[in-house]
Amino acid sequence: MTGSAPTRNLPEPTEISQPFWDATREQRLLLQRCPQCDRSVWYPRAVCPTCLGDALEWSEASGRGTVYAMSVHHRAPAAELADFVPYVVALVDLDEGVRLMTNVVGVEPDRVHIGQRVQATWEPLADGRQLLLFTPEDSGA
Amino acid sequence: MTYSLRGAAAIVGAADEVSPTGEIDLPLRALEARVIRAALADAGLTPSDVDGLCMCTGGTLMHSVELAEYLGIQPHWTDSTQIGGASYELFVEHASNAIAAGLCETVLIVYASTPRASRRRGGVGMGVLATPERLEWETPYGIFLPIGAYALAASRHMAQFGTTPEQLAQIAVDTRRWASMNDRAYARDPLTVDDVLGSGFVAEPLHKLEYCLVTDGAGAIVVTSAERARELAKPPVWVLGAASSHSHSMISQMPDLTTTPGVESGRRAFAMSGLTPSDIDVVELYDSFTITVLLALEDLGFCQKGEGGVFVADGRIGPGGELPGQTSGGGLSYTHPGAFGMFLLVEATRQLRGECGERQVPDARTAVAHGCGGVLSATSTVVFGSEEVL
Repeated sequence: MTGSAPTRNLPEPTEISQPFWDATREQRLLLQRCPQCDRSVWYPRAVCPTCLGDALEWSEASGRGTVYAMSVHHRAPAAELADFVPYVVALVDLDEGVRLMTNVVGVEPDRVHIGQRVQATWEPLADGRQLLLFTPEDSGA
Repeated sequence: MTYSLRGAAAIVGAADEVSPTGEIDLPLRALEARVIRAALADAGLTPSDVDGLCMCTGGTLMHSVELAEYLGIQPHWTDSTQIGGASYELFVEHASNAIAAGLCETVLIVYASTPRASRRRGGVGMGVLATPERLEWETPYGIFLPIGAYALAASRHMAQFGTTPEQLAQIAVDTRRWASMNDRAYARDPLTVDDVLGSGFVAEPLHKLEYCLVTDGAGAIVVTSAERARELAKPPVWVLGAASSHSHSMISQMPDLTTTPGVESGRRAFAMSGLTPSDIDVVELYDSFTITVLLALEDLGFCQKGEGGVFVADGRIGPGGELPGQTSGGGLSYTHPGAFGMFLLVEATRQLRGECGERQVPDARTAVAHGCGGVLSATSTVVFGSEEVL
């Protein structure tokens, strides 16, 4: 899934997630943080899922994390993703303490493993936004 | 825990409908009516005895309301809670509590789904998983649901505890051994671990023969009060304990991919029942995938966390094993119309009544039915016992 010719359906931003998607245009990864709980929040929400406080603040994340779980997919659920097969669907634990779904790219699928350190990389979407992906830290990507 | 519904209610009627071709080309309401008639006949009751109804599929929005109108039933207790495949165990929990509280006396729980027939007619499946959050934060990454979510959980279990592909494959093999003794099961040909490991992937590390079937099916059960249960012809299958829990909707939000909410539903259901896992004669665990069974065995306390692979490796849950599991042939080999929870209840009932013929677990007096819905999202656990353990 190296993504030179992006054909993915565009994810639909919401009023809540719009700042996240806007920042992707500059390849910046924004996470919400709850000042009361001092915890990062993923995915973007109207309220903190710990205290229900609504004073969430956006802050820039390191883009570094660790592969928590992974599955090499040999079949895509949608026609526009069929050319990417095989690809790695992964859950990555960001150093900021949240877990998100992503793809690990820029490496053969059989070289990806749980516990591996990864860093953010970006795939352009058709409307100028970019999709957050990850690649192994040592790949030089 | 001071409150317990132990012995307040029992399953007194059970029926299911499957097809040797996997396909049942009937209008859904006709199929529902067929299993309802069969379950009521099994109980020796009539539609006019029913004063509670549970249904969470088959309609448009108000599932129990729509079904009740169609059947001409006017219940004064109703439930259409939808927690995926675990909904049916939850319905037993809710119905038993309602009966214990005197809110109603006889509850009908119904399920029917014909994904195979509808696919042939051009229908599309799994639209229920297309939540706004999933569409925004998971779908762009091409996760093949629900298989991919369970594959992620399996990958984590393997990395964290050293669980092997062979151990997981053994679950599919043993489930097929049960199916081979059930002449109504869809897939009955013998299976080896090598067959499973050679069956290819949609989403690694789970092989295709570790995925449940997609077949049409339906089932219905009747739950009634202790008083009425004792008046009926067949032996009551007593509800000893029941509880439900859910921890997430999307797999990317699951707190720990090796631990399901079954820890909570299991702990509460067992506490009510007065039994422990070592007292259980037969388990009917939701087997959407092999990993679903392995996690349930651990989370319900049949073995320690992380030891599920070793626990199942020697055929322990197969015929003749120490803990017979998924004795109908399960979602892996019997039928799986999208939600298997109803069939767990039907099989537990038949086992405790001694109706299972070749696959009957000798002297089965206690059983657990454990449903799992969504992507390991929601669980519901029911502990059953025959008259001897009440």
